Amino acid sequence: MLRQPLSRALGLSPSRVAPLTARKFAEQVQAQPDNVELFIDDQPVSVPPGTTVLQAAAQIGVEIPRFCYHERLAVAGNCRMCLVEVEKSPKPIAACAMPVMKGMRVKTNSDLTRRAREGVMEFLLVNHPLDCPICDQGGECDLQDQSMAFGSDKSRFTDIHFSGKRAVEDKDVGPLIKTIMTRCIHCTRCIRFASEVAGVDDFGTTGRGTEMQVGTYVEKMFLSELSGNIIDLCPVGALTSKPYSFAARPWETRRIDSVDVLDPLGSNIVVATRTNEVLRILPRTNEEINEEWLSDKSRFACDGLKRQRLVTPMIADSRGNLTPVDWEEAVVAAASALRDCPPDKLLAVAGELADAESLVALKDLLNRLGSEKVCTEQYFPLEGAGTDLRSSYVLNTKIANVEDADFVLLIGTNVRFEAPLLNARIRKAFIHKETDIASIGPKVDLTYEYIHVGDSASIVKDFATGSSSHEALKRLESAKRPVVIIGADQLKSAEGPALLAYTQELALRLQDKLADKEWKVLNVLQRTASQVAALDIGYKPGVGKHLQDGPKVVFLLGADAGVVTRESLPKDCVVIYQGHHGDVGAAIADIVLPGAAYTEKRGTYVNAEGRAQQTLPAVTPPGRAREDWKIIRALSEVCGARLPYDSLDEVRDRLGELSPALVCYGEVQNNNYFAQARQLAQSLQKPVSGKLDVQLKQLEDFFMTDAISRASPTMAKCVQAVIKQKQSPY
Amino acid sequence: MAGALARVVQATKTHIGVVGPLVNINNGSVRFQQTQTKTKFGPLSDSDRVFTNLYGRHDWRLKGALSRGDWYMTKEIMLKGTDWIVNELKTSGLRGRGGAGFPTGMKWSFMNKPSGGRPKYLVVNADEGEPGTCKDREIMRHDPHKLVEGCLVAGRAIGAQAAYIYIRGEFYNEASNLQVAIAEAYQAGLIGKNACGSGYDFDVFVHRGAGAYICGEETALIESIEGKQGKPRLKPPFPADVGLFGCPTTVNNVETIAVAPTICRRGGAWFASFGRTRNSGTKLFNISGHVNTPCTVEEEMSIPLKELIERHAGGVTGGWDNLLAIIPGGSSTPLIPKDVCETVLMDFDGLVAAQTSLGTAAIIVMDKSTDIVKAIARLIMFYKHESCGQCTPCREGVSWMNKIMYRFVDGNASPKEIDMLWELSKQIEGHTICALGDGAAWPVQGLIRHFRPELERRMAEHAAAHGPSKAERLY
Repeated sequence: MLRQPLSRALGLSPSRVAPLTARKFAEQVQAQPDNVELFIDDQPVSVPPGTTVLQAAAQIGVEIPRFCYHERLAVAGNCRMCLVEVEKSPKPIAACAMPVMKGMRVKTNSDLTRRAREGVMEFLLVNHPLDCPICDQGGECDLQDQSMAFGSDKSRFTDIHFSGKRAVEDKDVGPLIKTIMTRCIHCTRCIRFASEVAGVDDFGTTGRGTEMQVGTYVEKMFLSELSGNIIDLCPVGALTSKPYSFAARPWETRRIDSVDVLDPLGSNIVVATRTNEVLRILPRTNEEINEEWLSDKSRFACDGLKRQRLVTPMIADSRGNLTPVDWEEAVVAAASALRDCPPDKLLAVAGELADAESLVALKDLLNRLGSEKVCTEQYFPLEGAGTDLRSSYVLNTKIANVEDADFVLLIGTNVRFEAPLLNARIRKAFIHKETDIASIGPKVDLTYEYIHVGDSASIVKDFATGSSSHEALKRLESAKRPVVIIGADQLKSAEGPALLAYTQELALRLQDKLADKEWKVLNVLQRTASQVAALDIGYKPGVGKHLQDGPKVVFLLGADAGVVTRESLPKDCVVIYQGHHGDVGAAIADIVLPGAAYTEKRGTYVNAEGRAQQTLPAVTPPGRAREDWKIIRALSEVCGARLPYDSLDEVRDRLGELSPALVCYGEVQNNNYFAQARQLAQSLQKPVSGKLDVQLKQLEDFFMTDAISRASPTMAKCVQAVIKQKQSPY
Repeated sequence: MAGALARVVQATKTHIGVVGPLVNINNGSVRFQQTQTKTKFGPLSDSDRVFTNLYGRHDWRLKGALSRGDWYMTKEIMLKGTDWIVNELKTSGLRGRGGAGFPTGMKWSFMNKPSGGRPKYLVVNADEGEPGTCKDREIMRHDPHKLVEGCLVAGRAIGAQAAYIYIRGEFYNEASNLQVAIAEAYQAGLIGKNACGSGYDFDVFVHRGAGAYICGEETALIESIEGKQGKPRLKPPFPADVGLFGCPTTVNNVETIAVAPTICRRGGAWFASFGRTRNSGTKLFNISGHVNTPCTVEEEMSIPLKELIERHAGGVTGGWDNLLAIIPGGSSTPLIPKDVCETVLMDFDGLVAAQTSLGTAAIIVMDKSTDIVKAIARLIMFYKHESCGQCTPCREGVSWMNKIMYRFVDGNASPKEIDMLWELSKQIEGHTICALGDGAAWPVQGLIRHFRPELERRMAEHAAAHGPSKAERLY
């Protein structure tokens, strides 16, 4: 596939090897070679050999303009904007591709350099349409900015009055990306992203010279879960966001740093808003999690925040229809239902988008009312160490470290759609570090080659006991930094505890042998953004048993996965739904309390690694919706079980009491007690015979998985477009 | 006008052609201490010709080749080893015949580095696409064994285990003859396992291109053999480090490879005795255009251009005085007007001194009936069509130059635009990944340098007939 000849890949891309963060493994591996000293604008700088001139310049704060160069993509060197003069070289050199040499004297501001830049800029503009006023990139356009900084102050495009500019037909690459190909400057960033990061080799160039076009050759949708990133990568307005087209200018929007909750990784995002409306979501660089990418669901599902919203409290009338009421009426109704319910018949279920504050408030409320039945929708085995030891339910290797792995074993998970950016990391390791991957589970397209071991659960047992003779096990056992990732969906079934026990056994067996004592092997990939926090707080995973007890009152905190249904409840059961979307949960509710979505509140979310992060309010909740923990706090007052916190800080103090990890924002702590978990799990190693299957197999399954994305018209269009594309012969 | 002229004067070219950064090494380290004593160059005597079946009058197959001395003592040459062959090539002073003129011996010596277990390859550039050039095809169709033997000798010198001959797609008969010659050589045990009985295993493959000019650029050619779009790679890394399939590779022109066995047989000193120092050897010259008998001829380097044309091509049509200009080294080299043609010597240094380049030594003669502006415009159109589109200056600049050039043909332009065109060509030259941009800029520069009055005359004529050009107002 894309695996480059090693020397070429290494020669060109030292930057992709080690991001800035404290990556201890990278440090250990790289013996420090002698640095090369060179001079950039007469300033001495000392860098490792293989660094490019552009990177060396960046180290001393000299920025060299560029279009095609991108630090996370292979070097193309074709825009020629980064030409700089080097003493004793007759021609200017491309700084993005030229490795440093000893004693090199680079001049980034000489006449020759400036003339070269001006010339390239003129060439880029000669066929670029001057449609900045109607271009969505305006205000955040590299070409615009750099032509101001480095371009000429006068035009000599006389020929456009004789023969016009080049015009290129637009391509249709799906419902997310709008293309205006006339604006393309052929930097090929999108092509490189598609083939290197996204692993979908659909983009390329056709034609030669001035007729060269970037495109898919046959009209074809860009079938990737990471497609939106090419919008950010495009330095001009050739690729822009279709849902966001003509919506706003960047300088009109307010940008609020936040965290994504639509997948378990907690990608860092920027929410751009105007007039109390979320206009778009962009990725925010976080080397530990999402680098600078974002999955399509996280990026484009934000229009779901404006639809299907619960904007007012509601109570079911005598005919069962939900009717808008005042907050007071709704809170009193809910509180009296809670108060009058026998404690053992009271059940609370938390959904996938719940923040830690509302989770802790709800749990405290139920505890005060005498009930211990607080659970999450997603199941996790309670046998063995259960959820007592954090190491059993998080990604212990941590997302960023996965790219240092030399062998990855996936058990029953389609990482590509369950956690797209974790998959991008694995692919990065596959391409740049020669990492190999094996998978136990159904055969799915992970965008890289992997050893498919089979889909039978017994393979996990054979691997754990070492009785398998499969090549993947041998590779795993000889690996220096192996990683085992099991999908949390596998643990739902009756064989779940045994599968988890075997996985723990396998991972710990490997981990004990490693020379690197810091390396963690075991990873459990949760499916939802709320699960880790809920388990940390003490929620019981899964509702199954409690439903059979015939609850009288069920409190659904954004539980929209359809685990609790009317049929599974007694006839007279009162369902209170608190959440932000009129989805599965609200449909069965007797009392609806409108809450806030993740863009509307300051909430704590713990990602699949166990890293606590917080969202910040970008807009106010619509209508009469309120922040979730406040609703529960108000309910508790009326119930007569007043919760002891009045401000967010006090709620967070309470979170800190439960687990300090919940309030260490941005940090992730190393987990311990692996050996104890393994010991406790040993008795659970029972024979398994089932087949491992995953929920999200195809791209069309990926887009609509939660209340927000199900309400998003863009996501619906994506599903339709993917299905349509799959029927096409291309 | 004065501005452009001043620029012409300062623009003496210190480097030629395609090599890029390596040019420094070229000029810096090749040191020929001996001074020039020989003053008369050419005609070449028949006994000193390397290519004895250039016109196809004899048998081109193995039997004929053997009778002409090919494959003679090849085993002994191979057994003398890498260093001996490379040294002999260095002594001969052979410079690459593909246009850039990089010393071949030195190029081969770059392959001496440890390769870390990777195989090495020889790639022969038979993608002869430069307009005006027709020397390699004569070798391949009439003397293919010279090339096959050369592959073996060169392959031995650089330690390659295989040679890939990338032949232009349009050369059907040439590819066919070459393939026959390779098959004959395999059958005779000359190449393949234990080639010539030397104990050295060597394979030769023919790869036919699809007709893109850019695939004659060495890294684009490598990409093309690898099955990708023919788009030049960034250098460094040079092919000697990372070339074909990521392995150390040397790319040489057909003529360079084909003369190597003869050099080894007759000695580097023999080859060096032709031509001026630093420009030694014999060379195939292609003379086309307005001459009485267009031909490809092997001659001594440094032969005066005038003598070459008069002796071999039957002179310019209508006599020497009817000459307008000559493009001396294939379409990408700047033209030289008649007064320069009188005295210039046909070698690397002589043509550099005349602000042009030897290139592939494809001499295009244009007499006074030529519309010189249209001729150059047509060349730029060729380069516009053949630009790969990868890097900005070439993609955008050459098509822009093409538009301007065609307006210049009609004179529908402002005289101020001549300076602009000159600047544009300078904005392209040296700013691109490969040398195609340079090759497109040079003909324009040659035209402006020598035929500026002609351009201005056309503009004045056009203005007189149609009023001032629109460009006058816009620019």
